[in-house]
Amino acid sequence: MCLAIPARIIDIDKQMATVDVGGVTRQASVVLLPEAGLGDYVLMHAGFAISLVDEKEALETIRLFQQLLDGMPGDDSGSAL
Amino acid sequence: MPLPYLDEFRQEAHVRVLMEQLDEHAARLSKPVRIMEVCGTHTMAISRHGIRQALPKNLRLISGPGCPVCVTANTDIDAFIEMALMPEVIVATFGDMLRVPGTRMGLAEARSQGARVQVVYSTLDALRIARDNPDSTVVFFGIGFETTAPTVAAAILEASETGLDNFMVMSAHKVVPPALAALCGTPELAVDAFLCPGHVTAIIGPGAYEPVARDFGIPCVIAGFEPADILQSLSMLCDQVAEGRAEVELQYTRGVRPDGNPAARSMIEKIFEPGDAEWRGLGIIPGSGLAIREEFAAHDAARHFEVDVSYSREPKGCLCGAILTGQKIPRDCPLFGKSCSPDHPVGPCMVSSEGTCAAYYQYEI
Ligand code: SF4
Repeated sequence: MCLAIPARIIDIDKQMATVDVGGVTRQASVVLLPEAGLGDYVLMHAGFAISLVDEKEALETIRLFQQLLDGMPGDDSGSAL
Repeated sequence: MPLPYLDEFRQEAHVRVLMEQLDEHAARLSKPVRIMEVCGTHTMAISRHGIRQALPKNLRLISGPGCPVCVTANTDIDAFIEMALMPEVIVATFGDMLRVPGTRMGLAEARSQGARVQVVYSTLDALRIARDNPDSTVVFFGIGFETTAPTVAAAILEASETGLDNFMVMSAHKVVPPALAALCGTPELAVDAFLCPGHVTAIIGPGAYEPVARDFGIPCVIAGFEPADILQSLSMLCDQVAEGRAEVELQYTRGVRPDGNPAARSMIEKIFEPGDAEWRGLGIIPGSGLAIREEFAAHDAARHFEVDVSYSREPKGCLCGAILTGQKIPRDCPLFGKSCSPDHPVGPCMVSSEGTCAAYYQYEI
């Protein structure tokens, strides 16, 4: 029940946003995430945006996976921190 | 439009290399290690992707109390059903609750007896039902952890501000850190590390687990929900155990800010105050519940309706309580897959989409 799905804000009008969830358009309240803006990726839970998805961090984590895959020496900490 | 990088966290090559990494990191451990996945969404992901079976031999993943429906005590479920049976009431609930058996009946059965039961996806839908039915009282069943509580708080605030007096909540919300502390204090638990819930932490922030790590010496890693996230987090936990560290580390950096979500937390605080809560399997844990503040008493179903649930008891023969505390696994239950199945659930762990018995039944039988 704590499932939250990524969505992108494609329109925003005060506390209600229109979001794109994998091609489906839905409404989400942004009252719990006042910093959310047009174009942002957010995590949506039970009709509310609850957190911004940080694309930079996502790419950084993926870079670490890729490094492992390439067998690059120097970082085997397994940590994304 | 899907997230451009979601696939990367499921990509087979990444999963494979992270599995290899986990094998290496687990090889550093001097003794077998038991890791509890606290969150029901993790339980489902771990079962669905076959992670439990693929683990190194010295690692064991056990499921914890992180399915909100499952930890809701029968006294709360029965109280809600009693309200549903009142003629002036429409109850609104998330779908999982519908088929959970209460002591006398479940909500689905109450509905067949004439109770007005609406399944909603969001508290916003419940507000709409209240607006559309001014002559009825709409009672929403507030279950869920810190991820869900702010969405319920926001609905109460809106009802209060717009004078929607026929909208009420029966709050059975629970907060996670006191439950982890209670689990740590259970000697029979023997958990070495916690895989912590990503979306609860998106609200409360990683710092909320510091007392667990510090006072009980249990390593915590906050994990995302894709296979790559879970495997990477398990490696991080192995390292902490191998190195004798007990820290709070964040793997799910893309979804969790270092300070969580302050706006959502202040929404919770505005509407709720800490109260005691009864958890299935864990009993009453002081300060682990969220009671509606006096100021919003008009929207508190528990204050408004008097119900007698002295008949409440747990389902006979069901081991959900022991399963939710990691002491038993579904296969230990003699009813599992026999008289208890998703079609005929005896306990809530077999009903919920995040329940441990349901996850094992679906993917690990
Ligand atoms: S299998 Fe059914 S009866 Fe047994 S513990 Fe799970 S839910 Fe309860």
